[in-house]
Amino acid sequence: MTETTNTAASACAIADAAHAAATSATAPDIVCAANIAENPYKRDFPLLANHPDLAFLDSAATAQRPKTVLDAQRRFYEEMNANALRGLYRLSVEATEAIDVARNRVARFIGAPKAQDVVMCRNASEALNIVAKAFAPTVLEPGDEVCITIMEHHSNLIPWQQACRAAGAKLVYLYPDENGIITPEEMDAKIGPKTKILSCVHVSNVLGIENPVKELGRRVHEQGGYFVVDGAQSVPHVKVDVTEIGCDFLAFSAHKLFGPFGMGVLWGKDELLNAMPPFLTGGEMIDNVTEQDATWAPVPEKFEAGTQDAAGIYATAAAVAYVESVGIDVIEAREKALVAYCMEELGKLDFVTIIGHPDANMHHGVVSFNVNGIHPHDVASILDMDQVAIRAGHHCAQPLLTWLGVENLACCRASLAFYNDKGDVDKLVAGLNRVWSMFHGE
Amino acid sequence: MANSGIYTTALMDHNAHPDYKYEMDGATHTHEGINPSCGDELTLSLRVEDGVIEEAAFTGHGCAVSQASADMMADVITGETVEEALRLSQLFIDMIKGKELTEQDKIDLDEAAQLQDISHMPARVKCAELAWRTLDGMLRENADAAPATTE
Repeated sequence: MTETTNTAASACAIADAAHAAATSATAPDIVCAANIAENPYKRDFPLLANHPDLAFLDSAATAQRPKTVLDAQRRFYEEMNANALRGLYRLSVEATEAIDVARNRVARFIGAPKAQDVVMCRNASEALNIVAKAFAPTVLEPGDEVCITIMEHHSNLIPWQQACRAAGAKLVYLYPDENGIITPEEMDAKIGPKTKILSCVHVSNVLGIENPVKELGRRVHEQGGYFVVDGAQSVPHVKVDVTEIGCDFLAFSAHKLFGPFGMGVLWGKDELLNAMPPFLTGGEMIDNVTEQDATWAPVPEKFEAGTQDAAGIYATAAAVAYVESVGIDVIEAREKALVAYCMEELGKLDFVTIIGHPDANMHHGVVSFNVNGIHPHDVASILDMDQVAIRAGHHCAQPLLTWLGVENLACCRASLAFYNDKGDVDKLVAGLNRVWSMFHGE
Repeated sequence: MANSGIYTTALMDHNAHPDYKYEMDGATHTHEGINPSCGDELTLSLRVEDGVIEEAAFTGHGCAVSQASADMMADVITGETVEEALRLSQLFIDMIKGKELTEQDKIDLDEAAQLQDISHMPARVKCAELAWRTLDGMLRENADAAPATTE
């Protein structure tokens, strides 16, 4: 290996060592992680260390970043900064190398067979727009159907409204049962020969439920359609493997995965990415340009027009490395324990109504609820006085809130990450008791 | 109990026991206001006679801040002229934007002046403003539609 690639390579080696340590995670490690009275993780996150009294329960909106991610972003600018891809000098080559290393790491993390099928973009919304605006028009005909669920975040809903409108296709919704489960009968009724695309949120940002993506993918493929998965809320919480799921596209954001803002990932099947036209056009995404025409660079550059946020890509890889060093199985076990405790404690409050499945195992990091008769915005503002940060509102899922029929079309949401602990949940419960007593006396 | 912030006794009282939340008979003006991001919906009704607001009432639903603010507003504007109500709504909106009010302004806004601290809570500004913006929009719309008068 030449000197030019040493920095990127050494960063990778460090992360690899961490990964090796993590993949040797044993059952006792998972048991320790599930002990929510202890919290060995908070110290990795400078913001949480700087706000020791804060109960941060809004990780589904954006997660906190570990020091390793912040350091990686800074290290890129201090040690590797140059415009990647086109440079013929050492630093630029090194920046290019850093992006390649990062892309490989992300690919491995999501089980992608080829690193070049990992397209780096701004966020999950942009990733889904690439599919809806560049891929969908190549397959949708008038009268075709695009199928989504009623629990989509607006980012996996509006692009399909637009795509259907442009193509003369129909947008069809899968509705879950009262517990949030999409039943086989519902799939039978909605997924058929007209279904050209099924795009589905993997884990709902309101209900926390994991949709049966393997089954949905199998069914739409049987009908000759394509399967898109919005992994924004699943990738940070459960093992997501594109090969195992059998999807055609997967989208997610880095900032919910403890990575930087402004970075997203679209993975697509090699043959689909190669066949579809680009989304954004301009610099870096071309092969050859003449006065009246242009040819495209190979995937993934074809979808990465303009100067890339190389530091952001590098930091995204650091976030993946961090998650791997903790271990996704450890993260899942701890979050399950946290959610179970949270639902058990909220269940003791007779003025709180939990939204979604009654079984805590069906909630992945998310517990939505309402305080009877009190507007969620009041609840959130009063909790804030006690340094409990939750989200309240429609959670960018207005059709879901409408379908749920909750008052004011809004609800409260506590979203937990593995860096939370029992104390955070206890603060939430104490805060909710205060909310109730403020409105109804002691 | 720790500081309750904007959730003062007055606010909680207006929210729990609004004096002006009812369907009005014989309204001369009715106007709807909504905050789509909050799900707040408010219908404001006035009975104006000879340029004076003889009666003000509202219906709808929303958070405690929006409900209490509407009730406080109805209380403040009842018996005032349309011009004075417009001045008060502008005062309130200025206050919520963070403008410092004079002691006299605060006296004029009465209990609604207690909502001043909302200016530090950007996410709640729209809640506090809903009724006042509805009032402002209704009176201005009405003024624009009225035949020109000579002075």
